[in-house]
Amino acid sequence: MSQAQDTETVREDGIIESVSGPVVTAADLDARMNDVVYVGDEGLMGEVIEIEGNLTTIQVYEETSGVGPGEPVENTGEPLSVDLGPGMLDSIYDGVQRPLDVLESKMGTAFLDRGVDAPGIDLEKTWEFTPTVSVGDTVAPGDIVGEVPETESITHKVMVPPDYDGGDVTAAEEGEFTVDEPVVELDSGEAVTMHQEWPVRQARPALEKQSPTIPLVSGQRIQDGLFPIAKGGTAAIPGPFGSGKTVTQHQLAKWSDADIVVYVGCGERGNEMTEVIEDFPELEDPKTGKPLMSRTCLIANTSNMPVAARESCIYTGITIAEYFRDMGYDVALMADSTSRWAEAMREISSRLEEMPGEEGYPAYLAASLSEFYERAGLFELLNGDQGSISAIGAVSPPGGDFSEPVTQNTLRIVKTFWALDADLANRRHFPSINWNDSYSLYTQQLDPWYRENVAEDFPEIRQWAVDVLDEEDELQEIVQLVGKDALPEDQQLTLEVARYLREAWLQQNAFHDVDTFCPPEKTYQMLQAIKTFNDEAFAALDAGVPVGEITGVDAAPRLNRMGTAEEWDEFIDELESNLEAQIRELY
Amino acid sequence: MKEYQTITEISGPLVFAEVDEPVGYDEIVEIETPDGDTLRGQVLESSEGLVSIQVFEGTGGIDRNASVRFLGETMKMPVTEDLLGRVLDGSGNPIDDGPEIVPEERRDIVGAAINPYSREYPEEFIQTGVSTIDGMNTLVRGQKLPIFSGSGLPHNDLALQIARQATVPEEEDGGDDEASDFAVIFGAIGITAEEANEFMQDFERTGALERSVVFMNLADDPAVERTVTPRLALTTAEYLAFEKDYHVLVILTDITNYCEALREIGAAREEVPGRRGYPGYMYTDLAQLYERAGRIEGREGSVTQIPILTMPSDDITHPIPDLTGYITEGQIIVDRSLNSQGAKPPIDVSDSLSRLMDDGIGEGLTRGDHSDVSAQLYAAYAEGKDLRDLVNIVGREALSERDNKYLDFADRFEEEFVQQGYDTDRTIIETLEIGWELLSMFPKEELNRIDEDAIEEYYLEDESEVAEATAD
Repeated sequence: MSQAQDTETVREDGIIESVSGPVVTAADLDARMNDVVYVGDEGLMGEVIEIEGNLTTIQVYEETSGVGPGEPVENTGEPLSVDLGPGMLDSIYDGVQRPLDVLESKMGTAFLDRGVDAPGIDLEKTWEFTPTVSVGDTVAPGDIVGEVPETESITHKVMVPPDYDGGDVTAAEEGEFTVDEPVVELDSGEAVTMHQEWPVRQARPALEKQSPTIPLVSGQRIQDGLFPIAKGGTAAIPGPFGSGKTVTQHQLAKWSDADIVVYVGCGERGNEMTEVIEDFPELEDPKTGKPLMSRTCLIANTSNMPVAARESCIYTGITIAEYFRDMGYDVALMADSTSRWAEAMREISSRLEEMPGEEGYPAYLAASLSEFYERAGLFELLNGDQGSISAIGAVSPPGGDFSEPVTQNTLRIVKTFWALDADLANRRHFPSINWNDSYSLYTQQLDPWYRENVAEDFPEIRQWAVDVLDEEDELQEIVQLVGKDALPEDQQLTLEVARYLREAWLQQNAFHDVDTFCPPEKTYQMLQAIKTFNDEAFAALDAGVPVGEITGVDAAPRLNRMGTAEEWDEFIDELESNLEAQIRELY
Repeated sequence: MKEYQTITEISGPLVFAEVDEPVGYDEIVEIETPDGDTLRGQVLESSEGLVSIQVFEGTGGIDRNASVRFLGETMKMPVTEDLLGRVLDGSGNPIDDGPEIVPEERRDIVGAAINPYSREYPEEFIQTGVSTIDGMNTLVRGQKLPIFSGSGLPHNDLALQIARQATVPEEEDGGDDEASDFAVIFGAIGITAEEANEFMQDFERTGALERSVVFMNLADDPAVERTVTPRLALTTAEYLAFEKDYHVLVILTDITNYCEALREIGAAREEVPGRRGYPGYMYTDLAQLYERAGRIEGREGSVTQIPILTMPSDDITHPIPDLTGYITEGQIIVDRSLNSQGAKPPIDVSDSLSRLMDDGIGEGLTRGDHSDVSAQLYAAYAEGKDLRDLVNIVGREALSERDNKYLDFADRFEEEFVQQGYDTDRTIIETLEIGWELLSMFPKEELNRIDEDAIEEYYLEDESEVAEATAD
């Protein structure tokens, strides 16, 4: 696009030589790597992935049944790109950014037909544009020149595309425009529209990456409390099937305090995407009170949709995320699941008969994964502002074995690791994030924020909780051998405290109206209440009260009700004073 | 239609032939052997001048002189409502001596993916009458819920029980029209003739055959045909559900045989193998079967799938159950040790799961306390099972009273909740009541997963006193 010779040379179209599933080879096609082509009489969308002599190999994003040699291949001369502009939020796309609702009406059936294309954003619709620059202002690439109210909660910012030269504004008009009409004109002869195109495999430029210091508050106790992720951070959620990866991802998409959420359903279940489509418009964003869908962009390439489009959906997602980042927003990108993406790479790679690396995955698996996660981060933007992308990838290790290549290569890159545990899931301990195996490398850099915004002693009380859970882990080994009653009383009490930490604090019911979202203050207060119980109980134990009596006080089991209580602050206050009173009464 | 006598290579289930005109990928091929037999196959790879063909019936009898005909179309399934009550072979031809089938439509068996935007989220509770499923792993319309079993376990009895008993409760008083809307599609993939007879006899005994379509690929039928049998079954299911408004329950058994067939073809094509020799695209391939379950907005019917698979050496991390579990919406696990204890059906609830449960139950659907009761039963049973290990070491006397109660609970749970027999049809209310009976062994404070109002309403005071008395 940007290279001058493209427009001058007329690219030759080719002829299909062979077809094997999603991989098609064509002869006489004059194309560059990663160019988008239309394959066969039906014009199925594909991408050039290998060129060898006169033969070009193409991965096709649609089903290839019935396509045969001799059919034409038409070259567009452009790499796989996404349409960026107002209208992306509150939308649902497939892996190559075709809007699924538009496809439904164009195809006239509930099933995905072939050879139907649609632009990623509505080219006919008009938007209300208000310039933020006036004639005579100088603008550079990345600068914001105007605003469009895109959805109830998000203002879309119109920017000078990064590949422009920039210059002085010669015209800037307010009014209703379609995305392709120029809204701001520059003296360089360039016209800014609300529509940008960007090749998905190329990161959008920014000035530099910075160290994040603000957490992405998720409203989930184990994540905010023990293993936080920063705005601009990366996290992985590996776990065997049934351990709650998708629910965890959905919870983050629902409750995290990002401005924009890009949710990529990569090779997962159709019904799960439907759940998001049906639920999100009804849920309120805890921050703005507006429907969650108005800050969300969905990309759904379910497991039965073509495998090549699954390979590209991750790139489509991160490019859309980068575009919103460039407006200065904090974007959260959820990818569920990166293993399906890696498997799509493996499938294509094996059809190309490439030399396989570990477990049949291509040798470039690690490079592709790190390239993806490196596109996340807290950035200083071209226009000097800040914007961030937090990337959270689910990993589905075969057999739940974390030693497999996708999990291992992901762990080398990400800084937060939420390890899902089948054993916890089987006891219906949700979220089933294992507190012994998980970690976050952001804790230290986020501590100042927690001290300032939640509680001065937050890091200390968190450490206390971690210590108790660690101790429980060790004690459990002994309990397995000799039984709980054989332990000394203080250790029995520790086990009891740890049980409340697990059951009352770490467990959180995603399907309970109140418990599903837990603000950090409540996370802290709940922990504080358990700490109160701990301190009072140990004081009583020192005074000679038997452990059975201490743990038997009426108020103690009420700790389990903290999460679901309607008026949590009152409930916890009352509970704390009851605990104190009832335990002190014992001595 | 052109005929070729240009076969250059025959290898396992594959035949390679030279052609002088283009042939479409996935097209259907007929091969006539010198003995006059006609074999059917499918184009696996098509390039200029050469095609590779996968022969469904096996390549026995084919030689270089066999003639190859390309039919110019991909594989189609002739569908009509008249298929109900019929028995077909694994390639879709009738084998029950019934009248000729006049199709209303011929549908591509690969089946396009349902647009996720057009789906409707499944949330209609199906009552199977099995407590461990209804109470703990609820099935809903449009779900795909596989049964993970092992060799020698009674998964077929369970599947039959579900097929027999499945109803949607509120429709019982809604008139008799609704009942006729229900259809069963049974796809036998490489099962033994004896197993198949078991199914057929049960279908005939209960009159279920009238509302069923049966596809039979038996153990001695060609292995390659197994890759099309489930697709034929699902194409029929989609037609009945989305054109004719039936609520279709598809039972596919045994998916393990299907995957073996995939591996066989992959090996013959000299593909780079994935885990344990299964092809790298097995996930995508299985997804193309399982994802054909669902509901579509604006259509009456639904496709619910219960695929059955036997886990090789009961290993749930084996690629077949593993990939299946990642695609399906949960799994029902048939457990060997429960089976040897005589539990019928021997479902191990702790490893079983239904992902769509939360939306299909509760106030107005089943009962308000359903979700809490099941969570509490799970937690209590898990705790009781853990304690069993400990008891083996230290003995019951060394355990606290609380621990002993959990041990008793786990035993009673298996004897009263899990155990019910293949002919007992329990309503969801009965199931929940048994649950409360068991939970009432514990003092109220232990029931920390249940809403306090629900405890007030359903907790059985006597039961805990009885339990107390026996414990003393």
